[in-house]
Amino acid sequence: MADLSTNLAGIRSPNPFWLASAPPTNSGYQVMRAFEAGWGGAVWKTLTDDPVVNVSSRFAGLRFRGQSMAGMNNIELISDRPLEDNLREIREVKRRFPDRAVIASLMIEPKRERWQEVVKRVQDAGVDGFELNFGCPHGMSERGMGSAVGQVPDLVRQNTEWVAEVAEVPVIVKLTPNITDVRHTARAAAQGGANAVSMINTINSLMGVDLDTWNPIPHVDGLGAHGGYCGPAVKPIALHMVADCARDPGVPLPISGIGGVATWQDAAEFLLMGASNVQVCTAVMYQGFRIIEDLVEGLNHYLDARGLASVEDLVGKSVHKYVDWNDLNLSYKVVANIDQDLCIHCNRCYIACEDAAHQCIHPAEDGSGGQQLVVDVNECVGCNLCHMVCPVEGCITMVEVDTGRPPETWRQWQSIHA
Amino acid sequence: MTGPAFKSPLDRPALAEEDAAHVSIHPPLGHLQVRHEANRCLYCYDAPCTRACPTHIDVPAFIRKIATDNLLGSARVIMEANPIGASCARVCPTEYLCEGACVLSHDESPIRIGDLQRYVTDWARATGVKLFTPGPGSGRQVAIIGGGPAGLSAARELRLLGHAVTVFEAKSQLGGLDTYGIVPFRLPAAVSLWEAEQVTALGVEVRTGTVVGLDISADTVLSQFDAVVLACGMGYVPELGIPGEDLQGVWDAIELIERVKMGEPVPVPGRVAVIGAGNTAIDAATCARRLGAEEVVIYYRRSEAEMTAYPSEFAFAKSEGVVFRWRCLPVRILGGSGRVQGIEFVATDLVQDANGGQRVQPVPGSEFMVAVDTVIRAIGQSRRARLLEALGVEHEAGVVKTTDGRTNLSKVFAAGDCTFAKGGREAMVVEAAEQGKRTARQVHAFLSGQAQGGV
Repeated sequence: MADLSTNLAGIRSPNPFWLASAPPTNSGYQVMRAFEAGWGGAVWKTLTDDPVVNVSSRFAGLRFRGQSMAGMNNIELISDRPLEDNLREIREVKRRFPDRAVIASLMIEPKRERWQEVVKRVQDAGVDGFELNFGCPHGMSERGMGSAVGQVPDLVRQNTEWVAEVAEVPVIVKLTPNITDVRHTARAAAQGGANAVSMINTINSLMGVDLDTWNPIPHVDGLGAHGGYCGPAVKPIALHMVADCARDPGVPLPISGIGGVATWQDAAEFLLMGASNVQVCTAVMYQGFRIIEDLVEGLNHYLDARGLASVEDLVGKSVHKYVDWNDLNLSYKVVANIDQDLCIHCNRCYIACEDAAHQCIHPAEDGSGGQQLVVDVNECVGCNLCHMVCPVEGCITMVEVDTGRPPETWRQWQSIHA
Repeated sequence: MTGPAFKSPLDRPALAEEDAAHVSIHPPLGHLQVRHEANRCLYCYDAPCTRACPTHIDVPAFIRKIATDNLLGSARVIMEANPIGASCARVCPTEYLCEGACVLSHDESPIRIGDLQRYVTDWARATGVKLFTPGPGSGRQVAIIGGGPAGLSAARELRLLGHAVTVFEAKSQLGGLDTYGIVPFRLPAAVSLWEAEQVTALGVEVRTGTVVGLDISADTVLSQFDAVVLACGMGYVPELGIPGEDLQGVWDAIELIERVKMGEPVPVPGRVAVIGAGNTAIDAATCARRLGAEEVVIYYRRSEAEMTAYPSEFAFAKSEGVVFRWRCLPVRILGGSGRVQGIEFVATDLVQDANGGQRVQPVPGSEFMVAVDTVIRAIGQSRRARLLEALGVEHEAGVVKTTDGRTNLSKVFAAGDCTFAKGGREAMVVEAAEQGKRTARQVHAFLSGQAQGGV
C-alpha cells in the first residue's frame, strides 16, 4: 500500500481527501462521522462573527438523461449556527481526531479588526488552518463578502493580508470561478501572504424553471435567486483553473483542488494537474461519507499498480503537458478507426460525423450482404466526435497517422512564415 | 471505465469440440452490460441485497468498485465476506437472495448482482491477484474435516485470524460439492479449485485422499489439534431400497455428476428415469440430456408443491426437455442380462397424518411399468454417522447437533451440510460458506478464551 498522507502548506492529513466547506461539515456530529468513515480532513462550513439566517428550499439537482445530480446548485448561505457552538465542536473534533486536518472556513465583513478578531478566536480552538471564503456567489456577495471580494484582486490581497498578519496556522484562499481569469485573483492571494489557494467555489447558476408554476428552481415562496453550481458537471471547469494556477509562476502556492470530485480517478486527475489534495462535497451529499472507502482504496491500488510509493509522486506530473494552444503540434494527426467486431450498428457515429463534423464516415458493403461503416481517413480530421458518441468502449479508437511533416507549432509557423 | 474490455480466458465461448455437458448455460455479461449494470446500481445505504445475502457481502460497495474500475477492491469485498464467492456467483439462487431483495425489482429489473459478482471473480481468477494475507501466528492448531465450501470458508477465516490449519479431505481435490457435485455447465470445477487455491495460498496444510476414521483415527485428530471443525458434508445418494438396484445402468446422481465433472466419459443413452425432485435431481436430469439421453423423466413421490428444487431450476429442466411425473413411487427396477430395462412405479396419495405432517401412501392397484435404460437416484444424500460416532459428536440421524457452531464436545465445532436437516433451503453453498466463517469465529473465541486461562 502506498503512502497517501499529504502536506498542503504544512497542513498534514492521512489522505488527500478533505470534505469541502459545505453542508456535510456543518457540525461536529457530521465531521466526526466523516472522520470515523476515513476522511483525511474537513473544511468546516464557513464561520462568521454574525451568523446568517437561511431560507427554506435551498438545493436543486440537474437530472441528465435519468442520472440524478449530474450537477447541483444551492442558495444556502454560510453557517447559521453561533460561532461559539462551532468552536466548541471544533475543539472536540480535534481532541478526538488529532491526526486529521480541521480547517476553518471564514467569511467576514471586509474590515481588518473584525477579520483579525475572528481569526484569533478560531485559532484558539485548535484549527490546523484557515480557508478564506472569497467565493460564495450568492447572498453573501450582495452584502460585499464572498465572491464580491474574490472578484477583485485588490480586495483579495488586502483581506488576505489582514488574516496573514495574525494567523499562526496556514492560510488557504478559496477562489471563485465567477471571474474571467482566475490567475489574477490567485496571484493577489499569493501577494497577500496566502500559504495556499483552493479552487473552485461554486459557479453562478439558475437550475431551471418549473413548467407548471413557472417558478425558478429552487424557489422560496415563489421566487428564486441565482445559486452556486457544483457536482460532476463542473469538474472540467475546476480542472482548468487548477491547471492554470499550477503552471503560473505568479502563483507559487500549493493548490487544494475542488469541483466535481466523485471518484478516485477524479482525484488523481486533479493531483496530476497540480493539486496537492482535493476537497469533496456533492458526491458526499449524493451518497454519504461512506464513499471515502473506495476513494482511498482505489487511489491506493492505482499507485500500487504504477509502482508509486506516495501520492505526492502524482502531484503536478501532468502540468507541463498543459500548454497554450499555440504550442500544440500542428503536424500531429489522428484518425478514427472502427472495430467492426465491436460495432453494434447504432449509426450514432455516422450521423454525428455527417451532420456535425466532416462527413467522413460512410456506409459500405461488408462483404456478406450486410452494411458496415468505414472511415475515410483522408477526410477525417481526428476531431474525436465519433469516438465520443460511440456507446461501446473500445469500438472507435483514434489512431495516430504519420503526416510526413516535422513537428511544428503555430508559434514556430508564425516565426518562420510571418 | 477506462481500459480495454476484460474478457476472461476462463469463459471463452463454447468450442466445437467441447461437449454440451461442459459448456456454460449462462454466458458471462459483456463489458457494456457490466458497465450499465454497475452504474444502474443505486448504491443503497443499509442495502436490502446485502441483508438478503447469507454472507452479507457489501453488494453496493463491490458494484461501485466495478464502476470506479477498482476491480481489485471489488474482488476483496466479495471474497472477504464470502470465501466461496466465485462459486456462489454462479450457483446462488439469487432470485431469492440479493436480486430478489433489490429495490429495483418492482419498477425496473433487479441489478444482475450474481453476474456482476461473476465478472469480478472471473477477473480475479484470470489476473491471479493476491487478495489476502494470513494473520500473525497464534500457535494454535485447528483441524478441519472436509474441504468443501464450509471447510474452506472456515480455513480461510482461521488463517486470517492466525491459527494453523490442517484440512483433511477424503477426495483427491478440495472444493467438495462445488468441485465434484454441481454440474459443470453450471459450475466448472476450475472455479471451485481457484477458491481452494486462495485458501491454501494462505499456508494451509492439506491432506487430500485422507479419510478421518480410516486413514487417520478420530482420536488422533482429537488429540493432536487444539480444535476441530467438522465440515464433512454428506455422502453419496442412499439406495432406494427396492429390488434391482444392483443392475447395470442404475446410477447415483452425485457419482454421475462427479464422473462428468472429472471429464470421464459417461454414456447415458436412451430413456432415463430420475428418482427425486431436488436440485441434484435437476442437475442429474439436465446433465443426462446433455450427455445424449433421448428422454429424461423425473419421477417424484410427492407433488410439484413439495418439490425442493428451485422454481428457476424447475423451469430450466423443462426448457432442457426434462419431463416431470408427480406422485410416483418406485417399486422395483427390472432388468435383463444384468442391465436395466424398466422400472415399476406405484401412484401415491398424499395424506395428512395426525401430527399435521404429510404421508406418502401408495395407491393399491395403481402400479405401472416404464421401459427405461437408465435409472438415476437423487433422493438426497447419506449422512456420515460413523464418523460422527467415532468422534463422539452428538447427532440426530446423522445431522450434527449444534448451537452457534458448537457441538457437545468443547473443542469440536461443525458447519455446513453435516449440520443441515434434510430438505431445507438452508443447504445452499452460500449458507455453508457463511457457517464456515461464523464457526471459525467461534473457534477463535474458544481458543482465545483458552489462551486467557478460560475453558
